[in-house]
Amino acid sequence: MGKTVVQKILARASGRNEVEVGDVVEPRVDLAMSHENAALVINQFLEIYEGTGLAAELWDPDRVAIIFDHRVPAESSKTATNQKKIRDFVAAHRIRRFHDIRGDVGGICHQILPEHGYVRPGAVVVGTDSHTTSHGALGAFAFGIGATEMASVWALGSVLNVQVPATLRVQVEGTFPEGVGPKDLILEVIGTLTAEGANFRVLEFHGETIRNMSTSGRLVLCNMSVEAGATAGIVPGDDETVRYLREEAGVTDELHLVTPDADAAYERTIEIDVSQLEPRIACPHTVDNVKPILEVAGRKIDQVVIGSCTNGRLDDLADAARILEGRTVATGTRMLIFPASAKVYQEALARGYLATFMKAGAVVMNPGCGPCLGIHEGALGDGEVALSTTNRNFKGRMGNPTAEVYLCSPAVAAASAVTGVITDPRVGRS
Amino acid sequence: MAKVVYVLGEDISTDVIYPGRYMATVLPTETPAFAFADDPDFSGKLKSGALPAGSVLVAGANFGCGSSREQAVSCLVGHDLTIVAPGFARIFLQNAINLGLRVVTCPAIEASEGDELEIGVDAVVNKTSGKSFPVIPLPESRQAIIDAGGLIPFTRARLVGAGH
Repeated sequence: MGKTVVQKILARASGRNEVEVGDVVEPRVDLAMSHENAALVINQFLEIYEGTGLAAELWDPDRVAIIFDHRVPAESSKTATNQKKIRDFVAAHRIRRFHDIRGDVGGICHQILPEHGYVRPGAVVVGTDSHTTSHGALGAFAFGIGATEMASVWALGSVLNVQVPATLRVQVEGTFPEGVGPKDLILEVIGTLTAEGANFRVLEFHGETIRNMSTSGRLVLCNMSVEAGATAGIVPGDDETVRYLREEAGVTDELHLVTPDADAAYERTIEIDVSQLEPRIACPHTVDNVKPILEVAGRKIDQVVIGSCTNGRLDDLADAARILEGRTVATGTRMLIFPASAKVYQEALARGYLATFMKAGAVVMNPGCGPCLGIHEGALGDGEVALSTTNRNFKGRMGNPTAEVYLCSPAVAAASAVTGVITDPRVGRS
Repeated sequence: MAKVVYVLGEDISTDVIYPGRYMATVLPTETPAFAFADDPDFSGKLKSGALPAGSVLVAGANFGCGSSREQAVSCLVGHDLTIVAPGFARIFLQNAINLGLRVVTCPAIEASEGDELEIGVDAVVNKTSGKSFPVIPLPESRQAIIDAGGLIPFTRARLVGAGH
């Protein structure tokens, strides 16, 4: 029987000829990423060595990446002290893939890794962040782990006791109608599968629509695969993967694309034709509470957010700028825009998008996780409603358990900011 | 015997268990103060210390979905809770195993607040209703980490064993 992409990656990384679903393996890690929660990883890492007489050394500092993004710049002295502790560790352990709070190379971890060419097709990537699934967009097997698991990876260079997951094939055909895109597609997939439908499984994306999709769009799909419970989302590496890594990430070394066998064993196949897809909205308080936009159009919104590791890239900002050009954010609605990285920010600045946003009345914030998880900016008031291009709408997510968060594409967010109510971005529909 | 002190629905996220705004707090000795911080009734009970040790939280499917934040596990460990649910989100389950939070996968569990449960290897018996519900055991590879006392001792043993 043929093998899925993840079976092939895990076989290679575990030094085996092949692996079957359910096998327990110990894959070597190609990249281990953390953000501010490295503060906890450091504690756990040092504890592992307690009483052993061994020096606490990273297995390979060049395979460790640390990116500050969750609370940048620090919102409190506590966070600032955690960040200081991490900086000291980074210096002491000679971690070069460290992205501090900077206007040149800073940004959200899930944007920085692809942008800087840290992720390669066929790699095993682990991150102390559930949206580490994003990096499947480059054909890697990338999954989220906890801080203690990361401490173990830092010590051993492998992930202990990984059970080879089953794979669901998501076959996507057709061309997106105008005003509809990858965010609507992944919300449709999550709504269909439910929040636990892909638990302990991998989503492997295929089809004409995926082949024609940019890496940016693929990042949206893989980023949110975890919202269906998936261990990972993955788009097998192809011409677009090579183009992105060469042209946008500046990677020059040899690339090895890993593709599934034609007779790979999938647990099931989900088929989607996007040519008839309409904008989708995930309604409070679960990401799988997905509805066609017409069912929620007209809902009044207090805050619109565009940004995050899901939809804060240049094409997302271009979509928003196109709609906001020459228009104004509705009175009574505030709009926050936070590009996914300094590079995206600079490019959006050069192209005039940021000026368009500010003229429209939007607030442009520094790159980072921003309001997405309600940590230090853009929190909601009691009973307020937000419409956001981020990835989660759980109760309390934007810092207030009495508030509501609706999730959507950048086009829906921009069109709605102008009207102050949830609005269909397609011409003639609003 | 363990008492059910709270019953929750499906898809309880880590944002509910441990709200994001407390993520700068990482020490397992400090995280319990913020367990279910946005649920004043329950967090009040947890903080009052009135709940007996080994109390049980019964939840719906997909408990712990969302963020990988380990605080969502360490805060529950600190309150000595056992979680019984039809299923857990992957990262939460792994974190629970790594940190020694007692989690019991029990697909058909039926219980109400105040019920007394007897939690066994093969089944959860609800002594109040008299019904028994089968338990799905953890895979051996996972149980091995629990048996070692968590991932830190498990990894330590590997390091020492490998003679690094």
